[in-house]
Amino acid sequence: MARYSIWSLARNALSHHQHWPRQWRSPEPKRHYDVIIVGGGGHGLATAYYLAKEHDITNVAVLEKGWLGGGNTGRNTTIVRSNYLWDESAALYELSLKLWEGLSKDLNYNVMLSQRGVLNLAHSLGDVRAGRRRAEANRLNGIDSVWLEPAGVKKIVSIINTSSTLRYPILGSTWQPRGGVARHDAVAWGYARAADARGVDIIQNCEVTGLCRDTAGRITGVETTRGPIAAGKVGIVAAGHTSVLAAMADIRLPIQSHPLQALVSEPIKRVLDCVVMSGAIHVYVSQSDKGELVIGAGIDGYNSYAQRGSFHVLEHQTAALVELFPIFARLRMMRTWGGIVDTCPDASPILSRTPVPGLYINGGWGTGGFKATPGSGFVFAHTIARDEPHPVNAPFSLDRFVTGALIDEHGAAAVAH
Amino acid sequence: MLLIECPWCGPREEPEFSYGGQAHLARPADPAALSDEDWASFVFLRDNPKGVFAERWCHAAGCRRWFNVLRDTVSHRVLAVYRMGEARPSVPETEGAGR
Amino acid sequence: MSDRTQDYRLPAGGLIDRTRRIRFRFNHEWMDGHPGDTLASALLANGIHLVGRSMKYHRPRGILAAGAEDPGALIQRRVTGEPARTDPNWRATQTALVDGLEAESVNVWPSVERDLGAVMGALSPVMGAGFYYKIMQGSRFMWQRVYEPLIRKAAGFGTCPDLPDPDRYEQRHVHCDVLVVGGGPAGLAAARAAARSGARVILADEDERFGGSLLARPRTVEGHAGPEWVASVKAMLKANPEVRLLPRTTVFGYYDGNYLMALERVTDHVSLAEAPAGAPRQRLWHIRAKRVVLATGAHERPLVFGDNDRPGIMLAGAAQEYLHRWAVLPGRDVVVFTTNDRAYEAALDLHTAGATIHAIVDARAEPGPALPAAARAAGIRVVTGYVVAGTTGKTHITGASINKLQADGRAQPHCLETIPCDLLLVSGGLSPVVHLFSQSGGKLRYDTDRLAFVPDRAVQAQASVGACAGTFDLAGCLAEGAAAGAEAARLAGFDPGRGAGEAPACDSEPALGSDSPLWQVRYAKGTEFDWGKPFVDLQNDTTAHDIQQAAREGFESVEHVKRYTLTGFGTDQGKTANINGLGVLAEALGRPMGEAGTTTFRPPYTPVTFAAMAGRDRGDHLDPARLTAIHDRHVAMGAEFEDVGQWKRPWYYPRAGESLHEAVARECQAVREGVGILDASTLGKIDIQGPDAAEFLNRVYTNAWKKLAVGRVRYGLMCREDGMVFDDGTTARIAEDRFLMTTTTGGAAAVMDHLEDYLQTEWPDLRVRLTSVTEQWSTVGIAGPKAGILMARLASGQDLSPESFPFMSWRPAIVAGLHARVFRISFTGELQYEVNVPWHQGGALWDAILRVGVDLGVTPYGTETMHVLRAEKGFIIVGQETDGCQTPLDLGMDWIVSKQKPDFIGKRSLSRSDTARPDRRQLVGLMPKDKRRVVPEGSQIVEPGASRGPKPVPMLGFVTSAYWSPALESGFALALVAGGRARLGVTVSVALPSGEVPAVICDPVMFDKEGARRDGLPAA
Repeated sequence: MARYSIWSLARNALSHHQHWPRQWRSPEPKRHYDVIIVGGGGHGLATAYYLAKEHDITNVAVLEKGWLGGGNTGRNTTIVRSNYLWDESAALYELSLKLWEGLSKDLNYNVMLSQRGVLNLAHSLGDVRAGRRRAEANRLNGIDSVWLEPAGVKKIVSIINTSSTLRYPILGSTWQPRGGVARHDAVAWGYARAADARGVDIIQNCEVTGLCRDTAGRITGVETTRGPIAAGKVGIVAAGHTSVLAAMADIRLPIQSHPLQALVSEPIKRVLDCVVMSGAIHVYVSQSDKGELVIGAGIDGYNSYAQRGSFHVLEHQTAALVELFPIFARLRMMRTWGGIVDTCPDASPILSRTPVPGLYINGGWGTGGFKATPGSGFVFAHTIARDEPHPVNAPFSLDRFVTGALIDEHGAAAVAH
Repeated sequence: MLLIECPWCGPREEPEFSYGGQAHLARPADPAALSDEDWASFVFLRDNPKGVFAERWCHAAGCRRWFNVLRDTVSHRVLAVYRMGEARPSVPETEGAGR
Repeated sequence: MSDRTQDYRLPAGGLIDRTRRIRFRFNHEWMDGHPGDTLASALLANGIHLVGRSMKYHRPRGILAAGAEDPGALIQRRVTGEPARTDPNWRATQTALVDGLEAESVNVWPSVERDLGAVMGALSPVMGAGFYYKIMQGSRFMWQRVYEPLIRKAAGFGTCPDLPDPDRYEQRHVHCDVLVVGGGPAGLAAARAAARSGARVILADEDERFGGSLLARPRTVEGHAGPEWVASVKAMLKANPEVRLLPRTTVFGYYDGNYLMALERVTDHVSLAEAPAGAPRQRLWHIRAKRVVLATGAHERPLVFGDNDRPGIMLAGAAQEYLHRWAVLPGRDVVVFTTNDRAYEAALDLHTAGATIHAIVDARAEPGPALPAAARAAGIRVVTGYVVAGTTGKTHITGASINKLQADGRAQPHCLETIPCDLLLVSGGLSPVVHLFSQSGGKLRYDTDRLAFVPDRAVQAQASVGACAGTFDLAGCLAEGAAAGAEAARLAGFDPGRGAGEAPACDSEPALGSDSPLWQVRYAKGTEFDWGKPFVDLQNDTTAHDIQQAAREGFESVEHVKRYTLTGFGTDQGKTANINGLGVLAEALGRPMGEAGTTTFRPPYTPVTFAAMAGRDRGDHLDPARLTAIHDRHVAMGAEFEDVGQWKRPWYYPRAGESLHEAVARECQAVREGVGILDASTLGKIDIQGPDAAEFLNRVYTNAWKKLAVGRVRYGLMCREDGMVFDDGTTARIAEDRFLMTTTTGGAAAVMDHLEDYLQTEWPDLRVRLTSVTEQWSTVGIAGPKAGILMARLASGQDLSPESFPFMSWRPAIVAGLHARVFRISFTGELQYEVNVPWHQGGALWDAILRVGVDLGVTPYGTETMHVLRAEKGFIIVGQETDGCQTPLDLGMDWIVSKQKPDFIGKRSLSRSDTARPDRRQLVGLMPKDKRRVVPEGSQIVEPGASRGPKPVPMLGFVTSAYWSPALESGFALALVAGGRARLGVTVSVALPSGEVPAVICDPVMFDKEGARRDGLPAA
């Protein structure tokens, strides 16, 4: 891999950038791989990267039906944080955040992690209890989360409306300074380039149409639009379509696919320096490095695979936004888009072996998968390589729905991003 | 925004309705007789097809009746609407639109 | 006085009102325009092309287009004396000129002419596509503390207002039979044809004037000059009561089920003084249409060549529009660079208006038959087989260098000559505006004849006509429009009548030769970088070189290239950039144009004001507040309120100078020692009727209901199927077949939905009906040792004494002269009556209680006191002691879980392995060893000393509720603690940031364990 640096950039500038190498190859699929990852989003590419880096498994293919990072990786609002309530979640997301902090260097690719802090606002006494509880649990779990009174919120975001006349006034907030945002596309590209450099085949425009099993029920490979490909192990990392792929192996999941919409404003000069999230009145916002306000909220209510939702959902989140930030009222929505999110009953993901030997599932991230990208790939690679979960993802198994050991993250974060 | 035809009130805008997920799931008659796996399957596992889906809606801001809808989860087109207890009407399994 | 005198305004013509002048400011200069002008046309009339600077390199940006597609002419809009009414990033081409308008260039410092940001141009050699991914990755600190702040400071165009918006916005929801989007010739013909049938027609156009291309080019329709024909059709439509005309209305989004969103700019085009009283600034339309006719026109494409971005370079069609519509000559010394015949007409029109056309440079070897000949006949030099290879100038173009095309299609290394000019017109062909069609779900097809992406099959009830369907000639537009309008009406169930779909006649247009594709000027090998930057996206500074570099680096998908190079990511969403970008990419990859498809056309077509999307859902209307019938009494008594769900509930009633703590201590004491009253009207109430009502309750509650006698009340707990507690409350048997259920305040709607769901979908055989009666009954709780005395006074002549009216029963009574239902239940542990009267009599009941109880010291208490009193008794609050992860057994409520019933909702889940674990977190009481301590709710509980150990610290549980108890004279708490019930008497620590607070685990019932007080105190 040709390393990127200010020097390589200067050198290439002299030749009008004519000699940059490809960031990843575009190989023809081989007939057999040790591991096939279905899904070329951030989680899938990270899984392939850590398989190669941590487990020396390099005979790996990532199969992507469209273009890399074209699913939820390229459609989310890029929030990164680890202040989850339950110990199991905190461990997973904090592992991720630690990996985020070294990711640009590790990948030799600037993923533009921007740790500008995340506020999760409380608008009722119930929110206050839940927020304090979460901040305290985070603190004892070694996560940099604190509770702020309204004056503290105002100090961080002076333009926010802390007036008591707000329909649901701000009564406080959790604050995680190490949280922030990152550049979503760069995460996919950076992992793709680094995985490719370690020998992983990244194959785009290759849709998996079937999963092959032997008579003992063990996975033997996949059928694709570019022909059959054999594999010892297959990992499904296809957010939005997890159920569709699992059904190819006759597995039914506790997952429903929903549209999730987001929008950005026109780019304006710097006005907001952290991420502000309000689960109670349903909106979250940050300002991108280009100056756009990036705004999201909750899912549309119905099942969908259409990557689009209903307009009234955007209207509600915009109404919440301009109440929280009255000076944003005259700004304008520039672009909207939708993704398909897999939601689980307990708002926690599935990182698990399956009843089919050799088949592994990574899905059900709901609206909050982006922030987990590095950690998800790290523990999922472990799960595939060792055929047993990493201690961090052991609680996120499929059988929790049988035993009842759910990890319910609804309670403390109504909008679980 | 979806336009949904309530079988009792006629076509109404989506915000008048609430969503109930998969239709035709019968609650087990004797839960105590089920294994943990079978019970979990009833409580948590759901179909999630890409294509035609039989699902439940409630006209929450109208007659408050639950009813069933056949809808394509890719095109969002409502293909049929029928009352609780009625059998699922037959429609072509895939719409073919917008893969 | 201005020294600008509209030097470039022609003495006559144009659709402007010359009788009136409008004074406006641009940057530091005041100048004049006329009503009917846009800011862009007025600036051009005053000889100004330089409007702004680009995003990355701060290159000078002028006015390229005349409408929504313009990429670079962005301004900060201000209004004299109205600091709150400022808007960033307005397009000069769509900004109506109004009195008091003050426009400023954005992203410039100190001025647009001398912008220091332009030093970025010197760095541009290193700032290729995606350069920022390749550097600054080594040090998190340097990136986050040094580089990123610099990038963020440089980013963005205009500035956010710093004051709240004083304007008002509204929304309308309408249905129509036929929605016609676009009021050009095709749209007008469609609307006219559809309207004749009597169908409800809406015609919307983003422009202030209907007419589209008929305002930009001289044409004759049905014997009238274009603008006159437009006026006559408009008048006819206006007279039709079924037709709604929406000018200045952009249909910006096409959603499922023929649902379209439109933004009407109601008063943006007039000054504040002229705005009609009461009119909103903007109005958002939600339109559900039976049929839609899209007549959204086409955008002309610029050409991609070296330094093609200088101010003074303009689309040929735009110049023609400035000329005819605004009587503005955008330049006097003109060069035209084209790949088609249409630009010749623009050249001829400018020539006729007095401009000097120095040359028409046509990349084609063989132009069409008519217009080029006419140009030559007019004495204009026509150079075919040539391209403009580069330009000269700084903040305005001064010359265009023309090069001959070699046999390989590349420009020769040396230019023939550099022609001095102040205006370079460019035309690379037309791109249909397929945005709405694409949003509707329709697929596009690349038409190799028209060199354009055109609509393929419609998937909604929709038709595309005219230029947006690739039909660029006027006769074709009129014919398609009329036919589609008539057909849309017919399909909507109306009879358009004979002849409605016939094409309006128009004078024939000159025959056109065929366009030739030229996605970029290609240069002889080795000279590619000699001619300056060939811009594709003028706003984001994406060049053809960037796209080629992206392709070399392996970004082959159009979406990847878009994201890597930021093509089309600007406020114009790439209206002039995207198709050229696709062409450049196709050439770089050696693929045919169109094969890779397009990027997605995402809503909105043009930006939409946030406040318009919020509409009236602002302030108190963000979510309606629900108020009890007694609310005004609480306000009058100075209550502080708590939001519970949508309800406003009195939290506490501070007297002068009292803190929350003091007020609650007083209220608690009043209830424990005298009598207090609580407005409990917000509790959900559901009237359950039918022969199977008891059976129904038996299935939804965890305990047994069949044997409850009429007149009796029982507490119930409800689970979800996963076995977790969902809601609780008391339910009274009103009659054999009738119950009144109460729910929590916040959970009422969810419980109602839950019950309806099971009743209608699981157990339709049960004969039960549910009615929400929450707002039928006002409820006042009267609690305390003196409640009996008070009740006796209120219900004189009726024996409601605890002896004859047992706990957990109800009876009808006359209370304070009102027909009431009185319930003997208690959430405080004291003797308590809950009096229900019809909703509107709540205030009267409240007043009467306060009146007759004066001497008893009757004291209103709020939710905080209620919480303290119930916690002292160990009563849970769903949502506080529970978070969706507690079974009844976790809460120590085994007594309410029936062992006999074979089934109830959630029962089966209770025996799952994890749910039946003995070491689950269980509800307990917690007494701090230091009685003065009230630990914060939400605090975590650990083994003593553990919080000083390494992280993560094992947590045993957390504090769900914590208060000061005046009765116990101690702080106390309820908590969920792992295996807590087996650890009574054990000391644990509440871990606070300041240190650990030791506390002893105890029974959650801490006050009056025997329940002696619920029937009142003998002494009282």
